[in-house]
Amino acid sequence: MTPVFYTKYLHKKNIQGTCFNSQLLGRGEPLKQQDEEFIRKLDLMAVKIRKHVIEMLYRAKSGHPGGSLSAVEAIVVLYFHHMKHNPQNPKDPNRDRFVLSKGHAAPTLYAALAECGYFDIKELHLLRQINCMLQGHPVCTHIPGVEASTGSLGHGLSFANGIALAGKLDKKDYRVYVMVGDGETNEGQIWEAAASAAHYRLDNLTGLLDRNFLQIDGKTEDVLRLESVRDRWSSFGWNVIEVNGHNIAEIIDALLSASEQKNQPTMIVLNTVKGKGVSFMENNIDFHGVPPNEMEYTLAMKELNAAQKALEATL
Amino acid sequence: MANPRDAYGETLVELGGKLQNIVVLDADLSKSTKTILFAKKFPERFFEMGIAEANMISTAAGLASCGKIPFASTFAVFATGRVYDQIRIDVAYSEANVKIFATHGGISVGKDGASHQMIEDLALMRVLPNMTVLAPSDAMETRCLVRLMATTEGPVYARIGRANAPVLYKKEDMGNIEIGKGLMVRDGSDATLIACGTMVDQAVDAAERLSKSGMSVRVVDMHTIKPLDITLVLKCLKETNAIVTVEEHSVIGGLGGAVSEVLAENGSRVDFKRIGVQDIFCESGEPEELFEKYGLNASHIVKTVKKLLK
Repeated sequence: MTPVFYTKYLHKKNIQGTCFNSQLLGRGEPLKQQDEEFIRKLDLMAVKIRKHVIEMLYRAKSGHPGGSLSAVEAIVVLYFHHMKHNPQNPKDPNRDRFVLSKGHAAPTLYAALAECGYFDIKELHLLRQINCMLQGHPVCTHIPGVEASTGSLGHGLSFANGIALAGKLDKKDYRVYVMVGDGETNEGQIWEAAASAAHYRLDNLTGLLDRNFLQIDGKTEDVLRLESVRDRWSSFGWNVIEVNGHNIAEIIDALLSASEQKNQPTMIVLNTVKGKGVSFMENNIDFHGVPPNEMEYTLAMKELNAAQKALEATL
Repeated sequence: MANPRDAYGETLVELGGKLQNIVVLDADLSKSTKTILFAKKFPERFFEMGIAEANMISTAAGLASCGKIPFASTFAVFATGRVYDQIRIDVAYSEANVKIFATHGGISVGKDGASHQMIEDLALMRVLPNMTVLAPSDAMETRCLVRLMATTEGPVYARIGRANAPVLYKKEDMGNIEIGKGLMVRDGSDATLIACGTMVDQAVDAAERLSKSGMSVRVVDMHTIKPLDITLVLKCLKETNAIVTVEEHSVIGGLGGAVSEVLAENGSRVDFKRIGVQDIFCESGEPEELFEKYGLNASHIVKTVKKLLK
């Protein structure tokens, strides 16, 4: 793969970050278009991923729309712009790694992996079906591209720490990214891992906190107060960056800035909207773990198709 | 006497010199588990995780995903029950090449009391798919099994006790040791004692006493609880008239549980007893006092066998 750098969005223009383009967007060819157009391409990919997610959950008749939809842009930026990875060689020892600690957002991860070419897009339609590859929650043993088995909340950050420690030990320059849900940080293990990552100065680790303010039983601040999220992470010794978690350019910027940070891990707080992209799912707790019915599916697809058309018109 | 914990620490150092990808994690107990020996020799490959066992196990799994062979150590009570979910998902379900080596298993932890006396670990680990479960009986066997753990791909749990253990084996006895193959320590034709860990020595002692009463008793060191050496259990079933399991663990779910499953599924009508902790939490006390009170010593084994063979 040929690296592609989008320097316009760097804080410092001379960074040689680990920005590799994966297949679909450019397929290794440096893009010739303007950066704005590239951003729109990623926005378009985000819409495509959302359509996959709705399709998958509708067919599976179960799963988690809300937290899958809030996580889309960050995962799109990681897999289609920022991370160094190779769908043809998922076990490449020098690859960047992504751990989806909030495993219930599996549909988004699977859709991104399929769009990258880790496996056939047709697999997506078999999510959660018996005798099929895509399990309800990610499993690393037999899904190409999945780094960690998750689903029981709170483990992923520790797992990512292990990858980061191995990278330091082997003097490899790969990076590890881990997405944690905001509700997930109720788990005590997250804070064990937060302390550990800072203690070992894991600057090759970047966390992404999907701050969508909702969890199953209600608003995060009503269930178990999280604020100040920024203060919590920084008091544990983390570099904290806050961005609009649906703004591609901001996420690109934050990831590059995190890659530059020395001697401490970075937590990118993604301020997101649960259910983002489907009007009636947005900020609606009823869609945490309930799939769309036929009518909702039709409506959601209509909205997403319109969004896709609008973006395509600009390209 | 020799301490299996020392054997563990020394073997880690030996392995560390041979295999560059061995890494060791501990949760603020390295002086007790003896991983400190490795930490001193290979500081860059030792990770002190603090009193945060859940993080230790998941971190070990992350290290394993990058080709490392992590040994994670702490007391048995913290290495299993406290972190069951982490082991279940990140190690067993993920088929991670993580080695969990626990010390201070069983009631012989002694005076710390029931909070620290782990009598459920073998059961908890045995029920996990993909998990191999070991309980070495002396220092020499510990050495050999730790070496095998390092070279056997996949999740392994091993536990030893806290105390010094009588020397049962010489180096030459360990020539064919294999994970999943029990060792016949002593042959006999009347009854078989199938023991593991600290109880192998008590079983040998009991067999000697029984021989003085004219009973020929076989002793099997079943150092691998899972995968259980079913062939050997069935051989003992065929060749002896009674089977007794002996373990420093609850009689539910561990070695006794595993052997009784095999016996039941093979339509056995053999006289059978499980010696172990009888589904209760024990208490503070000297190990010998606890073994006596809770029926885990040679004289209790002797009584049990005599009753069975009557």
